[in-house]
Amino acid sequence: MTTQDLTPPTDARPGDKTLGEPIVVIDGVQKYFGAHHVLKDVSLTVRRGEVVVICGRSGSGKSTLLRCVDQLETIDGGTIHAAGHLMGFREKNGKRIPLGDAQVARQQRDLGMVFQNFNLFPHISVIDNITLAPVRILKRNKAEARAEARTLLKRVGLPDKENAYPRQLSGGQQQRVAIARALAMQPKVMLFDEPTSALDPEMISEVLDVMVDLSRQGMTMIVVTHEMGFARAAADRVLLMHEGHIVEEAAPETFFNHPESEHTKLFLSKILAH
Amino acid sequence: MNWSWSYFFEYLTNGLMVEGAWTTIWLSVVSMVLGLGLGVIAAMMKMYGNRALRWIAEFYIWLFRGTPILIQLVIIYTGLPQLGIRLNVIESAILGLALNEGAYLAEIIRAGIMSVDKGQNDAARSVGMTWRERMWLVILPQATRTIIPPLGNQFNGMLKTTSLASVISMEELMRNAQMLAQIEFRVLEVYLVAALWYLLLVSIWSAIQVRIEAHYEKPFGPAAAVSPEAEKELAKAIEKAGPA
Ligand SMILES: Nc1ncnc2c1ncn2[C@@H]1O[C@H](COP(=O)(O)OP(=O)(O)OP(=O)(O)O)[C@@H](O)[C@H]1O
Ligand SMILES: [Mg+2]
Repeated sequence: MTTQDLTPPTDARPGDKTLGEPIVVIDGVQKYFGAHHVLKDVSLTVRRGEVVVICGRSGSGKSTLLRCVDQLETIDGGTIHAAGHLMGFREKNGKRIPLGDAQVARQQRDLGMVFQNFNLFPHISVIDNITLAPVRILKRNKAEARAEARTLLKRVGLPDKENAYPRQLSGGQQQRVAIARALAMQPKVMLFDEPTSALDPEMISEVLDVMVDLSRQGMTMIVVTHEMGFARAAADRVLLMHEGHIVEEAAPETFFNHPESEHTKLFLSKILAH
Repeated sequence: MNWSWSYFFEYLTNGLMVEGAWTTIWLSVVSMVLGLGLGVIAAMMKMYGNRALRWIAEFYIWLFRGTPILIQLVIIYTGLPQLGIRLNVIESAILGLALNEGAYLAEIIRAGIMSVDKGQNDAARSVGMTWRERMWLVILPQATRTIIPPLGNQFNGMLKTTSLASVISMEELMRNAQMLAQIEFRVLEVYLVAALWYLLLVSIWSAIQVRIEAHYEKPFGPAAAVSPEAEKELAKAIEKAGPA
């Protein structure tokens, strides 16, 4: 656990910002891997512009929840609405019919995902990583897409790296490119799965800074992280997942200083001990 | 001793040998390209197909890897007509070589696809790519890096394997050498020249292969540049640590 010195924004404190309509509604979601019940009736509503931080022990189901929202895993019960879609299904005469590959892909374009291991495309340059989907999937004009990619690279603080290959970048730089790649699809919601936990300590803040910046610009974000500095600076709510349930849900200060659940107290004592 | 330099030099530039070499080249290229197509299809069927498709792919691979190419060629050219399927020499040679090659390439391609990190598929899906788009834009280009070296070796083998098509009278290098040998009985001279031609073709291919491999390795080349100071430090540290 690194404590980042991220001062909360003075202009717009998280508590003051006006949140929009619900944009992610997770309702009674169940997920099994074989006989292993990983998500147990999980419900969560995230409003437009809101930043939700999820923490919890390893194996509690945090990644699985994000992956279900982005349809990287199929759910076994409940519903997920995100960015205006009923994720993974369409409704016909009150019945839910699973969507095909192409329709799922279409829904996924409206959500951006950032992975622990960056998962940049190693065979193409940084700028091609960012423009690949806009140009090849959305059929955007290539010159325009590249111009926008350059703007995004500036925004994540890497204006001079467009021709580098991912391998030539540090972890922190790669993760910032990954954020730019996701943003290039103009997603309505950004999902982050432990974006800094594969990074050397000195690179963590450069990624968190970009994320705080993004949150200030009104991006809706669900972030799995144990970075309390980020949670304090940017989160509207912090949740604790435990064995497939959300067991605590509170504003950052309450979550860290006056948690209700015994699980949260135990969890906090463990990460603070580091 | 009965060695004739004059025959040897005559064969070196003999029109029939040059033509044969040219046939060997295009026969290899065409068979390889078709074999690659078959290999990709078979690999896809085996990896992503339903039970029936998987079974078909496995049967194909098992059959063509389990029998000699010589028998495959002979069956296609002289056996199939009994079933009413008549293919000319060129068609038979290409079909036999491609089918045989595809069975080997299928396994190489499958291994290449499996070598691509699973996170790549997640990342491609997260930006909204369909299965086809993921395969075409993300997975196969990366699998190529793993596939290229063994693929190059397969093509090296293909250049020589085409000589077997001489048994169905495909007029490539080997067959033309045989014909010359039957005219003038300068067996050693003509086959040595044929061998030299194969050596030349394979050597040229090896040079091309090195370039292709370097091209596909480029994105994966040396990681982030290390400063000279850091490099020295590292060397010192390794020296101090002594042999592991
Ligand atoms: N593809 C899978 N197949 C089978 N089991 C899985 C799979 N993915 C996750 N699991 C299991 O589901 C449970 C929850 O995993 P998940 O990755 O969501 O946890 P997490 O909270 O993200 O943990 P971590 O902090 O280690 O990332 C774990 O027990 C894990 O072993
Ligand atoms: Mg996880």
